[in-house]
Amino acid sequence: MSATFLGMPGNFPKNASQAVQNSQLRYNLRKATHTIRGKRAGVVAELPDWQELRAAGKAIKDHTLRNLDRYLVMMEEAVTSAGGTVHWARDAAEANRIVAGLVQATGEREVVKVKSMATQEIGLNEALAEQGIAAYETDLAELIVQLGDDFPSHILVPAIHRNRSEIREIFLDKMPEVPENLTDDPPALTEAARLHLRERFLRSKVAISGANFMVAETGTLVVLESEGNGRMCLTLPETLISVVGIEKLLPSWRDLEVFLQLLPRSSTGERMNPYTSMWTGAVEGQDFHLVLLDNGRTDVLADEVGRQALRCIRCSACLNVCPVYERVGGHAYGSVYPGPIGAILTPQLRGMSSELDASLPFASSLCGACYDVCPVAIDIPEVLVDLRSKAPHPAAERAGMKVAGWILNDHVRLAKAQRAATRLRGLLPKRLPGPASAWTDTRDLPEIPDESFRDWWERGGPDERA
Amino acid sequence: MRVALFITCVNDTLFPGTGKAVVSLLRRLGCDVDFPAAQTCCGQMHVNTGYREEGVRLARHFTEVFAGYDVVVAPSGSCAAMVREQYPKLARPGSRGAAAIAEVAPKVYELSEFLVDVLKKDDVGAYFPHRVTYHPTCHSLRGLRLGDRPARLLRNVRGLELVPLPGAEECCGFGGTFAVKNPAVSAAMGADKTRNILDTGAEVICAADNSCLMHIGGTLSRQRTGVRTMHLAEILASTEEAQ
Amino acid sequence: MSARDEILARIGRAVAGAQDVEIPRGYRTTQQVDDLVGLFAERVDDYRAIVHVIPGGDVPARIDELTGDRRMIVPDGFDRAGGWPELGTADGVITGCAVAIAETGTIVLDHGPGQGTRAQTLVPDYHLCVVRATQIVACVPEAVARLDPSRPLTWISGPSATSDIELNRVEGVHGPRTLEVIIST
Repeated sequence: MSATFLGMPGNFPKNASQAVQNSQLRYNLRKATHTIRGKRAGVVAELPDWQELRAAGKAIKDHTLRNLDRYLVMMEEAVTSAGGTVHWARDAAEANRIVAGLVQATGEREVVKVKSMATQEIGLNEALAEQGIAAYETDLAELIVQLGDDFPSHILVPAIHRNRSEIREIFLDKMPEVPENLTDDPPALTEAARLHLRERFLRSKVAISGANFMVAETGTLVVLESEGNGRMCLTLPETLISVVGIEKLLPSWRDLEVFLQLLPRSSTGERMNPYTSMWTGAVEGQDFHLVLLDNGRTDVLADEVGRQALRCIRCSACLNVCPVYERVGGHAYGSVYPGPIGAILTPQLRGMSSELDASLPFASSLCGACYDVCPVAIDIPEVLVDLRSKAPHPAAERAGMKVAGWILNDHVRLAKAQRAATRLRGLLPKRLPGPASAWTDTRDLPEIPDESFRDWWERGGPDERA
Repeated sequence: MRVALFITCVNDTLFPGTGKAVVSLLRRLGCDVDFPAAQTCCGQMHVNTGYREEGVRLARHFTEVFAGYDVVVAPSGSCAAMVREQYPKLARPGSRGAAAIAEVAPKVYELSEFLVDVLKKDDVGAYFPHRVTYHPTCHSLRGLRLGDRPARLLRNVRGLELVPLPGAEECCGFGGTFAVKNPAVSAAMGADKTRNILDTGAEVICAADNSCLMHIGGTLSRQRTGVRTMHLAEILASTEEAQ
Repeated sequence: MSARDEILARIGRAVAGAQDVEIPRGYRTTQQVDDLVGLFAERVDDYRAIVHVIPGGDVPARIDELTGDRRMIVPDGFDRAGGWPELGTADGVITGCAVAIAETGTIVLDHGPGQGTRAQTLVPDYHLCVVRATQIVACVPEAVARLDPSRPLTWISGPSATSDIELNRVEGVHGPRTLEVIIST
């Protein structure tokens, strides 16, 4: 895609207040998230051992993270002995350099890509473009985003914010070969994308992918997908480069029995996604390169509370149940990782020095729906709260909270404050000025009572009543 | 049974009627209600807004105030969840604070839990002849896992017609300081919640948390809908004689 | 310091002192299903693939009937004489499989004898797969245990599909638009 999230201005509340005004977006998101919520709930309910699978998934990931150095070395050995080449990248720039170099070594100027969060995170397409290499996204939603010069807004369905008529417009505008009578019927739009990419698949010599899982014991990489664009990219080109975050590792082959149940049901709400490809090293004469990516992950790993975010398998179930995401969409989060998981992952990967990143831990009502559906039991509210304690606070708020803390820490002070509020309640306007207007713009204030509960109790209220 | 009432700072300051209802209900059910006067606030607002230091101080205060009691009842799913679910994460493992929390936290019950699980009552002899819908607040639904306890209590209230709330399990948009830090999203969530409430045709929207009801009620009142908010305790405290 | 050494050193520092965890495997690793063939057929059908359940002796005739004039790729090792149309011009491919999963309606190819290369089962628009009843297992863990990780594996659950437009499922994108499964009993 031609746009990148890095250095995006603004903050979440500001972005969100604009997004909630967009009624088309609200409608698209509501429809999509409610549909997939229902599908997920149905297929999860089919498995009587879902909670046991979830507990196993969580523990496998925690065990892997605890022993990540050992398992990465094991992975490297297994891939190498199966004819692949392993590269290590400390950060985005290093990963982009490695990939560009590998593409240049083939003499090609074009690559096809399988949808991959890691390569979006490092801005690979933009980095390749600078080297004169064109990267073509092949997942339908990524294609819509790329052709529309747009940002992805969802982990699984990056074009979730677009409806069929908008997609039709993009295709008519950007695909020279589509007929003008193209309808906005999803099968017709899908057929247009199929034809658009067909030739490219058959002639491309280099493909770039990510991976959903890698198995240390065997050196196997695993990609789950639906459309077959993944299979096209993984099998037809002569050179395959996979850029994979170091946390995608699983220790043993057997562990796939857990994750191949957790991921499809949580993600697309299916018993199994249409296609899963697994390969170990260089297969069927292909040249295979694995780029292991850190890019901030080891910093996340060092945080005792925050490291659980590295369990994430990018299913996007948390986005689909999030009431905040449902109303604002993904762009407001200013990151390739939107929604609840983005609100804990982005500030950890990028730090909280920008206004936007510092606002992300507050982009939640802490309702806990994300934690309930997470297939690897990431306690997202816990991490949000922890990040909030590390985030910078506005000076006025800090002062107000200090005063509130001082009053609340002593019942005598609290009682005095309550009585003062009762005495002064007549002065309280219906609409408050300044920051407090955030409440009264849309809501009335509760009435301040004649006396607090404690004053009623102290003066013998309960017995008076009896 | 001797019960310590943890009124919570929001109820104490803004909704004393809820506290009075809890006292009258628990006395009616034969409990000896004590109100430890030194109590203040569980610290949830501070902790959840990122002021951990102040929050920890309030948590320490809470554990000191309620240390001697066998049962602590709070008419708030959110504050009870704070003590039970979040307090254990605030103290360093093995510290004195951790031990104090481990001692107190399991004795803290949300009101409906106390009624159903401890007193073993799902009929408290209440009378409330109105059409009511119930919003399970997030921390009582997903934090404490109250399940159908509040609904069971409400279904046994004489004269009460309990109507299901569409999208009940969705957050109302309050979220503590979220309501003012992200007012646009909070208001959008509140608007959807109130639309669902109005669709039920209920006269009263009931919940186990006055903080959420303050947001829902503030929205309903601004829209001049005429729908009242009532804490669960207030409905359960109503009797035929009192009507 | 190389990137490799630096990343490994960062990990070492990050997890120093962290507790390791036991992995609880209380989930089902095997399942008792009375009618494996029936469940598999039902679940494949749910993906809008076409399913035939027929006795082994009837399979050759059924294949002839289904493939008719189609220019089919018939991989080495598949128990039937066949042609070798060019990959780009073939109408279809016919394969066996390594294992099939009843609970999820999944076919797994390990691209061994009779299963073709990965490209051969992908590029043609029609995939006819013959599954022997004995190849069907109940659940995912049973399948994982039977598979050889050193082989390239392709798990197929229905025809290719997308839900990228308003989460409306559309069958048939880049992979075969028609998946037909013959279960040989």
